[in-house]
Amino acid sequence: MLRRLFQWLDERLGLTTIHDVVLDRKVPKVNWWFTLGSASLFLFLLQGITGVFLTVYYVPSPDHAYDSVQYIMNEVRFGWLIRGMHHWGANLMVLVVFIHMLRTFFYAAYKYPRELTWISGVVLLLATLGMGFTGYLLPWNQRAYWATTVGTEIPGTIPIIGPFITSVLRGGSELSALTLSRFYSVHIWFLPAVITVTIGLHLYLVIRLGISHIPDEND
Amino acid sequence: MPNSPSLTRRQFVTLVGAALSAFMGTLVGLPAIGYLLSPALERRERESWISLGPLDQYPLNQPTLFTFTRTKKHGWEKTVTSYGVYVLRTSPTQVRVFSNVCTHLSCRVRWDEEAREYICPCHDGHFAIDGAIISGPQPRPLDEYETKIEGGNLFILLREA
Ligand code: HEM
Ligand code: FES
Repeated sequence: MLRRLFQWLDERLGLTTIHDVVLDRKVPKVNWWFTLGSASLFLFLLQGITGVFLTVYYVPSPDHAYDSVQYIMNEVRFGWLIRGMHHWGANLMVLVVFIHMLRTFFYAAYKYPRELTWISGVVLLLATLGMGFTGYLLPWNQRAYWATTVGTEIPGTIPIIGPFITSVLRGGSELSALTLSRFYSVHIWFLPAVITVTIGLHLYLVIRLGISHIPDEND
Repeated sequence: MPNSPSLTRRQFVTLVGAALSAFMGTLVGLPAIGYLLSPALERRERESWISLGPLDQYPLNQPTLFTFTRTKKHGWEKTVTSYGVYVLRTSPTQVRVFSNVCTHLSCRVRWDEEAREYICPCHDGHFAIDGAIISGPQPRPLDEYETKIEGGNLFILLREA
């Protein structure tokens, strides 16, 4: 019965083909460093899920942001767990993505025909750092406030357009409710959308081109 | 292979992978459900004795309005609710306390000294000095609070949802 149901679905959806192409593809003999891309993907999904959960109680307004985080930590059941996972997951994701990049760099995996995989990877790294930067402001505590003050000040040193960039980031000349809400929006909508699409491209390329082998004397 | 009693390497990895995923899924999934339900699991009712001051300050047979506010926390936000109660001292040691919330649709009733009735301005509900219905659309008498007197001070039992 179940077998027939599966066959019915498989005939229409091509499940076996998807499985064979995505999971059963040929790979060279590799080592544990090659798991870091999948680890990045896992962490991104985990950040997505815990992040959605945090939005249930978090409020992106200067009046309530800090209190809502305190509420999550002290009063919501397992709030500490969800926020803790998101917090540590964020740190770990930057680390893992970075080491993944180092691995592809040192194994020269960015060379022909994988240049686009590398370029989409650069987008992913920058977007991941952007997630860290925008997320850092959201608790709206002293550390967040001053880190963002400094962080948005830095592009201000660029000649001519610098001050303009700073005010675009801040949504005005100084940090305010507008800064918090635009950081929130970028953190939960813009960057995740960019990352999702770019991961799609990245993985399409990984599957299409296959994984490079570990360089040997002949390379 | 289907008849072989031993697992292949591939089957073993699949099995262990599935078991670990299920384990981790439950470990995080169950707390996640608690997280979402959390506000609904809070204890709903809160009982507190509210002090209305020395009993002696209330005149005999004369409903006297006492007002106070209570602060309630909803997550990260505080809401202040005002309460009004009529204290009716029926003898030097006996007292009854009524809520000024009309039992019809929750407007506030007012003691009218001339008519010696509580009158609700919204739909002309009239209540007697002891809270009983005289006329109007209200379904039941004024709500009454449980009282206690301790050291000459009057307290009422407030139940908040
Ligand atoms: C959200 C971040 C990222 C995710 C989810 C991700 C995911 C993956 C996955 C699953 C693979 C398969 C092979 C492996 O795991 O090593 C891969 C390969 C690759 N990634 Fe990433 N990646 C990310 C960021 C980056 C970054 C920052 C770079 C470099 C700038 C990069 C460059 C590459 C390259 C060149 C390959 C091909 C490796 C090969 O063919 O041997 N990726 N990525
Ligand atoms: S609310 Fe008081 S009479 Fe309708």
